[in-house]
Amino acid sequence: MFTFILKRLLQSVVVMLTVALIAFSLFRYVGDPINNMVGQDTSLEERAELRERLGLNDPFFLQFYRFAADASVGEFGFSYQHRRPVKELIAERLPATLELALVSAILALAIGIPMGVYTALRRNGFLSRTFMTISLIGVSLPTFLIGILLILLFGVILRWLPTFGRGDIIEIGWWSTGFLTASGLKSLIMPSITLALFQMTLIMRLVRAEMLEVLRADFVKFARARGLPTRSVHFRHALKNTLVPVITITGLQLGSIIAFAIITESVFQWPGMGLLFIQAIGEVDIPVMAAYLVLIAFFFVVINMVVDILYFVVDPRLRIDKALANGQ
Amino acid sequence: MSIISKTQILKANYQRFIDSDIWYSFKKSPITVVSAAVTFLFFFVTIFAPFIAPHDPFDLASIDLMDASLPPAWFLDGETRFLLGTDDQGRDILSTIIYGSRISLFVGFVSVIFSLILGVGLGLISGYVGGRLDAFIMRVADVQLSFPAILIALLIDGLARSLLPRELHDEVALYVLVFAIGISGWVQYARTVRGQTLVEKGKEYVQAARVIGIRQWTILLRHILPNVTGPVLVIATIHLAIAIITEATLSFLGVGVPPTTPSLGTLIRVGNDFLFSGEWWITIFPGIALVLLVLAVNLLGDWLRDALNPKLR
Repeated sequence: MFTFILKRLLQSVVVMLTVALIAFSLFRYVGDPINNMVGQDTSLEERAELRERLGLNDPFFLQFYRFAADASVGEFGFSYQHRRPVKELIAERLPATLELALVSAILALAIGIPMGVYTALRRNGFLSRTFMTISLIGVSLPTFLIGILLILLFGVILRWLPTFGRGDIIEIGWWSTGFLTASGLKSLIMPSITLALFQMTLIMRLVRAEMLEVLRADFVKFARARGLPTRSVHFRHALKNTLVPVITITGLQLGSIIAFAIITESVFQWPGMGLLFIQAIGEVDIPVMAAYLVLIAFFFVVINMVVDILYFVVDPRLRIDKALANGQ
Repeated sequence: MSIISKTQILKANYQRFIDSDIWYSFKKSPITVVSAAVTFLFFFVTIFAPFIAPHDPFDLASIDLMDASLPPAWFLDGETRFLLGTDDQGRDILSTIIYGSRISLFVGFVSVIFSLILGVGLGLISGYVGGRLDAFIMRVADVQLSFPAILIALLIDGLARSLLPRELHDEVALYVLVFAIGISGWVQYARTVRGQTLVEKGKEYVQAARVIGIRQWTILLRHILPNVTGPVLVIATIHLAIAIITEATLSFLGVGVPPTTPSLGTLIRVGNDFLFSGEWWITIFPGIALVLLVLAVNLLGDWLRDALNPKLR
C-alpha cells in the first residue's frame, strides 16, 4: 500500500515537471520576454540591465528551477494582455469555474445514476429505449451545439433565462459566489446543464452496463433464491456493487468537466478560467497560458491520484490480490 | 486442370461476401443501412462539392449583398435559389455547408489516419520489442490518457499558434489541426495493437518465420500486422466521429481552421453571433449537418463493433 502510493506520487511529480517544462519553454522561448514587458522607448542598455536583473542570462536549469519554485506557490508573473499578476486573474476566475463544475457534476450524478439503474432493470421498457436514444444523441451532439440550442430555445425564443455571464454575484472574502442570488442561480441553469449532459449520458451507460453485469452474478441469484424482496436485491445488493467503478470514473470525469468547461464558458461567456485561457490563446498571452496549463495539470494529477488511492481503499479485492501476489 | 476465370473468382468472392455474417447483420439492421447511406452521401457530396453545390460561396463575384440574410426557401421572404437561406454576406447556406463538411471530413479523416499510423506503429513496436521501450511508451500513453483528448488537441493548437507567426499560421492551420487531433488520439490504437501483438508474438507462425530467418521488420509488418488490424477498424470508425467533433469544437472556439476556409464548426461560430437577431438558420443548419454526420458515423461504428465481436454472435 505504502509503496503503491509512493510510486504513484513519484509518477505525478514527473508529470508535473514535464508540464512545467513545457510551460517554462513557452515562457522563455516564445517571443522575447523583455519585449513583452517594456515599451518601445526603452533603450538597449536598459533592456540589457533588465535582462540581467531578471536572471534571463542564467543557465537553463537555474531559470527552470526558479520558474518551478515560483509556480509551486502560484506565482506566474504578469499577464501581457491584462497587465496584472496572473495569480490575481486566476483567483478571480477560479470560483466561477469551480461552481459551474460542481453543479454539473452533481447534476450528472443525480440524474445519470437513476437513469442507468432504471434502464438496466427495465431493459425493454419504452422509457428505457427513450433514455438510450437520448443518450446516443447526447454523445453525438457536441457540447457547444447543446449550449447554442439551449440559448436559442430558452434565451431567444422563450426569454426565460439569461444567455451569458454569471448574473449578480456576492463576494465572500476572495470567493465570489452566484449561489446566493436569484439571477446568479438562473444564470447557472443553462451552462450547468450543457456541461452535465455529456457526463450524464456517460454515467448512465456505465451504470447500466455494470448493473446488467452484476444482476447476472451468482450472489444476486442467491439473494433472489433466499426470497429477499426485489427492492432489496436490486438496491442493496446489485446497486451497491456497481458503484465502485462508477465512483472511479466519475472522479476521473471531474477533471474532464473542468476541461470541457472551456467550451461551455465560451458559449455562455461565463467568466471562468476556461474563457480566460481561450482568450489568452487568441492573444498569445503566454503567462496566462502557462499558468492555466500548470494549474489544470495539477488538478488532473491530484484527481487521478486520489481516485487511484480511493479505489484501493474501497475495493478490498485489490488489496487481497496484492497480498496474495506477494506470497503473504 | 481446369482454368478458373477472373469472373468466376469475382463471383465466388461476391458470393462469399453475400453469405457472410457481416453482410447479414448489416441487412438486418435498418438503422445501420440508413447511417451507412448518410455517411456515403456525405463523402460523395463533399468529394464532388464543386459540381453539386448550387453556388460557389468563395467566389466573390457571385455573392450579392442584396441577397444577405434571407431565410430558408419555405419561409415567406425566402427564395428558391437559396434553399436553406443565406448568411449576412449573401452566401448560400447550403453551399457553405457542403464546402464546410468538406473541410470537416478532410480534417477528421486525415487526423484519424495520422493517429492510426502513429498508434498502430507504436503499439506494434511496443508489443514486439517489449522491455524498457514498451514500459516507456505505455507510461506515456497512460499519462496522456488521463487528460481528455480535446484538451491535448487544444494545447497543441495553442502552442503552435504562439510559436508560429500569424500569417504563416493561417496557411498551415489545417495541418496544425490535423497534427493536434492526430496526436491526441493515438493511445487507443497503441493499447489495442500492443495487446494483440503480445498474443500473436507467441504463436507458432511467428516462431516459424523467425526460425527460417525472416527479418524482424518483415515479420512485424507482413506477418503480425495483418493479424492485429481487426479491432483497429472499429476504433478508427468511432474515432472519426470524435475527430470531427473535436475539429468542430476547436473551430468553434476560434482556434481551429481560419475563417477563410470555414469548416462546420467555424460556420456555427460565425452564425452564433446572429442567433440573437433572429437569423437562426445561419447557425442551426450547419449544426444539423454536423450532428447528422457524427450520429451516422457513430451508429456505423457501434454496429461494426458488435458485428466483429465474436462474443455477441
